[in-house]
Amino acid sequence: MSSPILKLIAQRIALGILLLLAISVLIFAGTQILPGDVAQAILGQSATPESLANLREQLGLNDPAYVRYFHWLGGVLTGDLGTAMSSGQDIATSIKSRLWNTLFLAFWAAIVAIPLAITLGLIAVRYRNGWVDKLISGLALASTSFPEFFIGYVLVYFFAVKWQIFPGISTVYEGMPFGERMQAIALPATALTLVVLAHMMRMTRAAILNVMQSAYVETAELKGLSAFNVIRKHAFPNAIAPIINVVMLNLAYLIVGVVVVEVIFVYPGMGQYLVDHVTKRDVPVVQAVGLIFAAVYISLNIIADIAAIVANPRLRHPK
Amino acid sequence: MADGKAKSTPLLDIRNLRIEATVYPPGEAPKTITLVHDVSLTLEKGKVLGLIGESGAGKSTIGLSSMGYGRGGVRITGGEVLLNGRDILKGGKEDFRKLRGREVCYVAQSAAAAFNPAHRLMDQVVEATLLHGTATRAEAEKRAVALFKKLSLPNPEAIGERFPHQVSGGQLQRVMTAMALCSEPDLIVFDEPTTALDVTTQIDVLAAIKDAIRDTHVAALYITHDLAVVAQVSDEIMVLRHGRLVEWGGTRQIIKEPRQEYTNALVSVHEIEHAEQKPGTTPFLSVKNVTAAYGGGHVKVLKNVSVDIYPGQTLAVVGESGSGKSTLARAITGLLPPEQGTVTFDGRPLANRLADRPKEDLRQLQMIYQMADVAMNPRQTVGTIIGRPLEFYFGMRGRQRDARVAELLDKIEMGKGFVDRYPAELSGGQKQRVCIARSLAAKPKLIICDEVTSALDPLVANGILKLLLELQREENVAYLFITHDLATVKSIADSIAVMYRGEVVRYGSKSKVLTPPFDAYTDLLLSSVPEMEIGWLEKAIKGRRMASAGN
Repeated sequence: MSSPILKLIAQRIALGILLLLAISVLIFAGTQILPGDVAQAILGQSATPESLANLREQLGLNDPAYVRYFHWLGGVLTGDLGTAMSSGQDIATSIKSRLWNTLFLAFWAAIVAIPLAITLGLIAVRYRNGWVDKLISGLALASTSFPEFFIGYVLVYFFAVKWQIFPGISTVYEGMPFGERMQAIALPATALTLVVLAHMMRMTRAAILNVMQSAYVETAELKGLSAFNVIRKHAFPNAIAPIINVVMLNLAYLIVGVVVVEVIFVYPGMGQYLVDHVTKRDVPVVQAVGLIFAAVYISLNIIADIAAIVANPRLRHPK
Repeated sequence: MADGKAKSTPLLDIRNLRIEATVYPPGEAPKTITLVHDVSLTLEKGKVLGLIGESGAGKSTIGLSSMGYGRGGVRITGGEVLLNGRDILKGGKEDFRKLRGREVCYVAQSAAAAFNPAHRLMDQVVEATLLHGTATRAEAEKRAVALFKKLSLPNPEAIGERFPHQVSGGQLQRVMTAMALCSEPDLIVFDEPTTALDVTTQIDVLAAIKDAIRDTHVAALYITHDLAVVAQVSDEIMVLRHGRLVEWGGTRQIIKEPRQEYTNALVSVHEIEHAEQKPGTTPFLSVKNVTAAYGGGHVKVLKNVSVDIYPGQTLAVVGESGSGKSTLARAITGLLPPEQGTVTFDGRPLANRLADRPKEDLRQLQMIYQMADVAMNPRQTVGTIIGRPLEFYFGMRGRQRDARVAELLDKIEMGKGFVDRYPAELSGGQKQRVCIARSLAAKPKLIICDEVTSALDPLVANGILKLLLELQREENVAYLFITHDLATVKSIADSIAVMYRGEVVRYGSKSKVLTPPFDAYTDLLLSSVPEMEIGWLEKAIKGRRMASAGN
């Protein structure tokens, strides 16, 4: 490892932090622009002008916006995400278990989806333009084209209602045994896998096909390597950067974009939490969840960038 | 031999080979074309057969058929390929895989592209050996190191640890030869292994390949378009044209007593007689002490360069890649403004930057490039391409312009029928002619020719050179002729500048530059140009005073 590569990585991380700060400003500004006022929302019909003024004072809503922003940011950096207005609970505590649930679901969906997508992509390249390739591409595209709620309900209909193999409602609680937990998330994880599979598989296929035109692939063929080994040993390592990129985008989707699936399966994750509090107009919660989603998105993209840098032998081993 | 004397079973015996491909011309039904028409050849163990011809002659296609391989959908549709006595075309995919990388190995034209950038050299060199299980990893690596030594690669113990991008082009080509030899095959197919290299590097690689072939007793098919190169390594030479056999014989017979007219044309190519013109009294373009750099002054690519160009004469700039030849052209045209020094034109200084030059100055300096096909807009017709400078510089329109385009087409020996053609419908030589016509249309005083014949087959290149000389006589245009090919220089130049690492190391009239005593670099450059003479390689290697930059 040498300095140019470290410099590139440091640049990416610094850019990521900068971007995250910019997003925090946007999130804060966005929630300020929304009509209505939290104090009014909390007190509802029964609000008297005095009680409204008191609550506003108590919540610090009378301070100028930038003061509130830095106050909020300072809290976030020290792990204090504020208090949910609707319930009065500490946001950090309630998010913790939900974030963990979301990550748990995303992790198992990814464990299945990523190797499966890459393997299917490799097979599609091996039998390119043949019926195997067309079958894989067709099925993957079909599964992506169906909206996730449709896939979710189809899964529930067959696996939960008709055959009763898995529960239709994915209730999890703290201290739940691992086996039961896995059984509970089987259906939402399957739904998520089907949603992200095609994108990764198609990108893997395209990236490798691009490399297959290279002279070194011909060299490998002329050494007598089997078609699959040519792809695995010689084409895949050179196609890895775009593949990592699309994998990371889909990982981010698994964490950030699961709202619909969590609602369908009544899974206590971040998505559910967000939707619940948007309807209650609970600004601090929406801000906190938005910021966490942004952080997840940006960090996964930084990881993708760094992986692409590290995967490049020219950067790893300078002259 | 040509008469097909039956000795013991030859190593490779190709009989009536026919190779076809399906082409899909735009807007027409797909059709089958025949690339190789019933070619037969035999190769004994340990012998080298040179396959020579222009592009499209089918040399590579025939070479790859010995491995049962068809590049890009090419099909072997007839004949037999007997390798070690068995017809390999009768086998299936598995049988091909077993012979590739074990019985027959391949050395590609561009080793830089043929090595996988993601793996270390050693892993790639021993890959075939391990795959076919002919040696353990330790044995194979020992063998590879011994081969690196034999091919006189620097640091043979450690070079295998490097990645392809960390090694120079000439060295990579030798590593690729080691890779082919590592699995101890019976036959190696060398496909233009030195064509992409500088002339001073080519000679080292050629000598290394020749020694390795001799010491390992491997047989080889040596494919090239350069007869002088193939004469150094082959026992026999086969001349091919349009997928048909022209002539097949011993090396001495082919180069000394060719029996076919086409072979004779190949042998005597480059023999353009061009009497040197004496420099006039005043040059119209002077480059004075020009220094230029890339990367904000960090990488100096031109150091204190001064040359003069006289009206209607040719200054040839020679040197290997990276010597600064093309950068000199960029400095003169203003594409890369010089840091120091001046370019004077007709007695007044030219603006440094292209953007600061008036249209009239732009008109006087025109350029022709190596890659004619990427220098033209593929969606414009020949008429539009040539007519453009007429409109731009002279405001010509309508019939007047069309008449001038026709006149220019006539000058480049292409008829009126080409006006409505698109670049894709032209051959390589025709494309370059259109580029010449386009530059002439501006009626410039100077045309900068940047490696204009390097991508062309020798006979076509010869035609282009003759055309350029003729146009010079008619139009009194001067050329700045950038090339790495010394034979081209001899046939076209009036004065020569030899460049090495950004400096002009030798400069003067052609006769003066090409007459001894030479400086070390010019000597190396001149002695590295392959001559069509058996035994030239050994003589040249022995007589050298300076190692080439590729080492």
